[in-house]
Amino acid sequence: MVETAAATANTNGVREARRSPAAHLAGIFEAASLEGIVEIREIPFQTMAGIRVRRDSDEGRRVASVTGGLPAACGEVVERDGVATLWLGPAEFLVVAPENAHESLGGDLVPALVEALGDGQGQVVDLSANRTVFELSGVRARDVLEKGCSLDLHPRVLKAGTALSTEIGHIPVILWKSGEDTFKVLPRASFTDFLGRWLVDGMREFASPEVP
Amino acid sequence: MLLISCPNCGPRDETEFHYGGQAHVAYPEDPYALNDREWAEYLFYRDNTKGAYAERWVHSTGCRQWFNMLRDTVTYEIQAIYPMGATAPGSAAPTTNAQAPEGASK
Repeated sequence: MVETAAATANTNGVREARRSPAAHLAGIFEAASLEGIVEIREIPFQTMAGIRVRRDSDEGRRVASVTGGLPAACGEVVERDGVATLWLGPAEFLVVAPENAHESLGGDLVPALVEALGDGQGQVVDLSANRTVFELSGVRARDVLEKGCSLDLHPRVLKAGTALSTEIGHIPVILWKSGEDTFKVLPRASFTDFLGRWLVDGMREFASPEVP
Repeated sequence: MLLISCPNCGPRDETEFHYGGQAHVAYPEDPYALNDREWAEYLFYRDNTKGAYAERWVHSTGCRQWFNMLRDTVTYEIQAIYPMGATAPGSAAPTTNAQAPEGASK
């Protein structure tokens, strides 16, 4: 009972104190979004944990049981109950979960991962404040990204449910195609202002009528 | 722009990678036995090959893994990509021995 009350108080305090890296761009994003064509928004405060562990080790299997599996190859994403695990390297993964999975809000994702790793070889680090998430959606989302990304984003190559570490507008990001017309872009906090404005700039042409 | 095939991630732009210098420069077996000149040559002297050249690269924006690459310094043609620790394919890339670097005979 005491713990519940403390957690609630902590929850409120933490939530109010937090500022997302792109909070100041919210108005710009809303003005730039074109319903049904291309829309952009920030999904702030996602709980993220960086994992470094070998998949084929005992500790790797223990960590995998918490996340629902560890992806095996570049681009793969394992999703279970809203918790996604992205492949970053042969022994490096990023877990992305909703905000309330963080222990400051009563969740237990990171402690569960730390416990699963135990004293095995590897690392679990709370990276929730490292990156923010932009969601770019709509039929023109791919056209916007193609202005700054040299990967082949055509749906016959890049399938939904794929996440790749790459560069957009010379910014290192994780590009995660979460739906057929929905991309999540995860830049580090210090790059969010630049990349947010870059994407908004890329969206501007679709606000004007097409020139025949 | 080079298009480099990362062994983990596939073909990516050169800007996603960082260069790690000449490959196969072995750490001296007994560094204390080296005099200053030999140590300096181990640290700083590298081949300046015209043609096939074995070098190290890291996919810093992607999987952050190192690998070796055999690249022609004239045509920029990438002849081979092979893992760290492996020997260079073919005899095109002579491995450098820190005990007898290029400048030692001068």
